[in-house]
Amino acid sequence: MLLFIARRCAVLFFTALCLTFVVFYLTNMPAKLETLAKTQAGSRISDAEVATWLDRNGYAQPMLVRYGEWLGVAPGWSRQDKDGAVTGRCYTLTDTTEPGAAPERCGILQGYWGNSTRFRAPVSDVIGARLGATGKLMLWVLIVMVPMALIVGVLAGMREGSRTDRTLSTFAIASTATPEYVSGVVFIAVLASSTVGLSPLLASWGWIDGRVLFQGNARSALDGITFWNFTLPVMTVALYGMGYVARITRASMTEVMTQQYIRTARLKGVSFANIVLRHALRNALIAPFTVIMLQIPWLLNGVVIVEVLFSYPGFGWALFEAAANNDIELLLAASVVAVLVVLVTQLISDIAYVYLNPRIRVT
Amino acid sequence: MMDPLSWLEILGRLCVQLLPVWVALVALFAVSITFKRRLGLYGKLFDSTVGMIGFALVMFWVFAALFANMIITHDPLAQFSGMRNASPGSPLRDPAGAYEHFLLGGDAVARDVFSRMVMGAREVLRIAPFAAMISFMIGISLGLPAGYIGGKLDTGLTFIANLVLAFPVILLFFLLVAPEIQETPIPRVMAGVLFIMPVLFVTVLLNARYFTQPAKRNLYVGAVLVVGLWAYSGLAFNTDPLGVWGMSPNLLNVFVAVVFVNAPTVFRIVRGITMDIKTRDYVAAAQTRGEGPWYIMLWEILPNARGPLIVDFCLRIGYTTILLGTLGFFGLGVAPESPDWGSTINQGRRLLTVYPHAALAPAFALMSLVLGLNLLADGLREESLKD
Repeated sequence: MLLFIARRCAVLFFTALCLTFVVFYLTNMPAKLETLAKTQAGSRISDAEVATWLDRNGYAQPMLVRYGEWLGVAPGWSRQDKDGAVTGRCYTLTDTTEPGAAPERCGILQGYWGNSTRFRAPVSDVIGARLGATGKLMLWVLIVMVPMALIVGVLAGMREGSRTDRTLSTFAIASTATPEYVSGVVFIAVLASSTVGLSPLLASWGWIDGRVLFQGNARSALDGITFWNFTLPVMTVALYGMGYVARITRASMTEVMTQQYIRTARLKGVSFANIVLRHALRNALIAPFTVIMLQIPWLLNGVVIVEVLFSYPGFGWALFEAAANNDIELLLAASVVAVLVVLVTQLISDIAYVYLNPRIRVT
Repeated sequence: MMDPLSWLEILGRLCVQLLPVWVALVALFAVSITFKRRLGLYGKLFDSTVGMIGFALVMFWVFAALFANMIITHDPLAQFSGMRNASPGSPLRDPAGAYEHFLLGGDAVARDVFSRMVMGAREVLRIAPFAAMISFMIGISLGLPAGYIGGKLDTGLTFIANLVLAFPVILLFFLLVAPEIQETPIPRVMAGVLFIMPVLFVTVLLNARYFTQPAKRNLYVGAVLVVGLWAYSGLAFNTDPLGVWGMSPNLLNVFVAVVFVNAPTVFRIVRGITMDIKTRDYVAAAQTRGEGPWYIMLWEILPNARGPLIVDFCLRIGYTTILLGTLGFFGLGVAPESPDWGSTINQGRRLLTVYPHAALAPAFALMSLVLGLNLLADGLREESLKD
């Protein structure tokens, strides 16, 4: 088991290395650097000024050297000005100009994640704060999505081919066919508009106090999450992810319900509710559990769309802003986080699968 | 000045406007149901209600895209005075012989929402099925040997596939689909690698089948190579001497990104199925007969894996449609005036709480197409499991 985890961690490390290099390569192409220089130093600067700006800020070195700097295996660049003050990667990061005061290497191996050019703050602060906000969103999404998906899946799968099954299966298919940018737009138009949809109707009847039923902008959720401002973003992400988990649960449930031991329990005269709850459920939930774990990185995509749509400043929103402004170090950190999420959830789901299903052995 | 239309009138006029689609749908269903016993898996689809509903939804949009020129009421790019954010059914101020109403209203720059929605179907259906098809050919050409031969090849290919899958799709799109990237050789190089796969796939397929009949083999493989490489040169490198095949850099960029995201998933599915099927007796029989590995992979294993692959193909077109919508939603890789659904939703969401119709029409269009594809896949799965 330990060997298995060690090997997975080695693969994780290697994948992260390859992935960050690809991101580094794509964000450091000459055209992208030119865009960065123009957003940082003014949009009307000439080509010569762009070149000087890139040179002064250490972007003119070969790409591999700078990737090494970011990793912390190559010494950071530095340059001494005429007045004796030194600027350089490590000097900016440690906020000093004294010659020799900064460490020689300052990459992620030494714990320096760099500065975000978009937010003008250390990347670790930006990522930390944004991940916290997204963590809250994801937590609520999972709280809503998992029970809903399992209930729909179990109800549909316990009597295969029944009317309940048909209805719930169609609902599950419909939810997988509605991407976040469609359901989010429909939700806002129907529930969060003061001029169209349900809200004006409810307001005129005096059923709701405010002007809208739910708020279409989730920025206020940063100060405090309420039912009013957080329902729509949570529902939008949960709805798209729900259908898939529900279908897996249904498939797993229908398979379990045809097993011999279920028939035995029926012949013994156990009530149907008891069969479902005590005999079938535990075996039927193995497959959905692993799928839920694998679903988490996939929900991350939905989170980007939803955070942009509802202007909720979380990790997805930061990723969007970083990509739109070619914020190299923030993008790199974001991709490290993303690949960690993907691979750690994969690892957890593999290990959990072994514990839940004694027929499977890890070699 | 005419009165605005009521909702019932709008619905009626929409039905009239979509007449070519109804005629084509009725004709297709009449023919298919009459001959359904002779049409194999496609015919069996008409035994399942879910499958028929899904197929009808998909074909609705396919016909809408085909007959778009007859259906649209106005030029989807033209702006009409006084029609900014017009509500559905508003009459035009000065029709001048054109259609008198904006059936589904006007958008923020006074264009007809209905015409843009119909033209959007064309944009989506021009890319999604072909991108899914190329993803499948790549996934099959790499997944079959990975599953059948295994070993180092399998380890390497699986690592690369997992690498691509570990990327958040949206980050990849932001990095890969950008005007700066289009000026670099990256999309061309990627297209060069990805687009050669279908040509190789068909060549190897036919070569393995007709290896023992050199005359036939030479004819078929030669024909495929001539047509394939001709299309390849045009699509990947824009160097088609006759100018028949070609893609704008924008379209190529989107196409390559979507194929790149989809192919690893197909690879994993094909690899899994191959590893399952290669233990069957008929594969052992073919090995004993002394068939070559490519013949076994392409003519023994692949036909027996077709059920799950056809189902996944339908789902994949739907997923590709969603991905294209995502690209449009973030304004990546689309022409500024393009009527594709994703960017129309994105433009409409700014005034969403006041004038929702401009965003809702393409949103429902996209949802119904993807829903149709998913229902179709479900119907096909059910019917293919019945044998």
